[in-house]
Amino acid sequence: MRNRPNIPGFIAITVLVFFYLPIFYLVMQSFNEARFGGPWRGFSLQWYALLFDRPEVWRAVRNTLIVALSSTAISTVLGTLAAWCLHHYRSRLQQSHYVLVYAPLVFPDLLMGISLLLLFINLGYPLGLGTVILAHITFCISYVAFVVLGRLQDFDYNLIEASQDLGAGWATIIYRVLLPVMGPGILAGALLALTLSIDDFIITFFVSGPTSATLPLYVFGMMKQGSPTIINALCTLFMLATFSIVIWGQRYLYRR
Amino acid sequence: MNKPNRYVEWLLSVPTYVWLIVFFVFPTFIILWIGFKPATLNGGIDEGWTLQNYREIFSSNYTPILLRTLSISIWTTVICILIAIPVGYWLARLPARIRYWMLLLVILPFWTNMLIRIFAWKTILHPEGFIKNSLVFLGIVEPNATLLYNEGSILIVLVYTYLPFAILPIYAAAEKFDFGLLDAAADLGARSWEAFLRVFIPGIKLGLITAVLIVFIPALGSYAIPDIMGGSTSEMLGNKIAQRTFTDRNLPQASALASLFAVVVMTPVLVYQIRRSLQ
Repeated sequence: MRNRPNIPGFIAITVLVFFYLPIFYLVMQSFNEARFGGPWRGFSLQWYALLFDRPEVWRAVRNTLIVALSSTAISTVLGTLAAWCLHHYRSRLQQSHYVLVYAPLVFPDLLMGISLLLLFINLGYPLGLGTVILAHITFCISYVAFVVLGRLQDFDYNLIEASQDLGAGWATIIYRVLLPVMGPGILAGALLALTLSIDDFIITFFVSGPTSATLPLYVFGMMKQGSPTIINALCTLFMLATFSIVIWGQRYLYRR
Repeated sequence: MNKPNRYVEWLLSVPTYVWLIVFFVFPTFIILWIGFKPATLNGGIDEGWTLQNYREIFSSNYTPILLRTLSISIWTTVICILIAIPVGYWLARLPARIRYWMLLLVILPFWTNMLIRIFAWKTILHPEGFIKNSLVFLGIVEPNATLLYNEGSILIVLVYTYLPFAILPIYAAAEKFDFGLLDAAADLGARSWEAFLRVFIPGIKLGLITAVLIVFIPALGSYAIPDIMGGSTSEMLGNKIAQRTFTDRNLPQASALASLFAVVVMTPVLVYQIRRSLQ
């Protein structure tokens, strides 16, 4: 075995190069002075300056934050409740509940997008930030529920009975026992919801209105028409933002 | 003890239950329902019932698009799985410390926005991009050849996007695999590739099934990738659904296409997954 070429290792390294090459190229190009990308013409921050001059960028950032924060808050509460029920009760109701929470995970985004669009059209509900938030809550619930459910598997229910025996009321139990034990799981679910919401393109594409473009929609619009170098700069900053959330989350969550 | 519990259970389950019925189950039935409605000329939905939308889908107009969607998705899945198996194997056999970092390296691109990944490839494959220039320099392609806007460029970006999703379940299965079995097979006279195919591959079967589903279904429903990387002759189902929805404003036709997708693809998957998870 020892002297043979390590074929899986070779493939894996090639795959990592394949993964990172486009990203590095994009980041590099965002600092390239050349107008249309291509060969290197020297370091420049002009594309970033041009980017910050655009009011639409700031509006897209604001929309993204409004949508991501509100849908994360609501889906975290709903998803945590669902996880608690799925973990704690064994009944017919929970079997169907499980299917209901599970199904959106395997449902293609495109179908969720068009079906929500038709729902809002049929209800006569105007498309805008409100419909985007409703849609984001819907797809985030299942992710939060399954992340929290995963952490709950280690939860010892005796803790609750012990605190009841010691005279704790439900409010005390929730605050002093449940939240500390479930906290990391809930936070992990919330971070996942946050990044999914910030990143979502297809569902938002279907249910957003004329003034509710989020960052991914704005990037998409720019790709269709616009200076590629400014998009490089925007993508670089966007990537930096998501990576910071993920890395911060990793450090925070896996510290024991 | 049992009675108040039941009451609390209902109270706690109602929020998600109702939410998902209103915003997930009900909308799915709406597309099934509108697929049988006639379209009005000004983009609305007419009274009455019709099979016209489905007749249109099964007419020859849609056949190339449906076949292309299917073939591009199958190719994406096959390529992703063939690459993900050795990578998953390699990851599972690494020493624990290095493995953690390598796993992080594999997952990290998954956190970049899909549009950013598409755009990065568009820049690279661009007529002035460096892959094109390198290939021309090496004499592999003609200087006026175009690498963009065809099925090949769609395929590259689909593989690029879904490969991490294929690697993770295969790695998770390989990590639980007992590699002593490979040594045992070798002791019994199996060559290493034989042991790999007949012991390792069956050993990670469940991971493989998950990987196939996790790549194939989103590939079938992809919209942004073929829209940006493909040309007018390489449209996929997702492009057609979006086009019928936004450009032609023919919602019944879009619904019929979406319903067909939902019923044909999702029913077997849901039944399989639900049965497995209830076991």
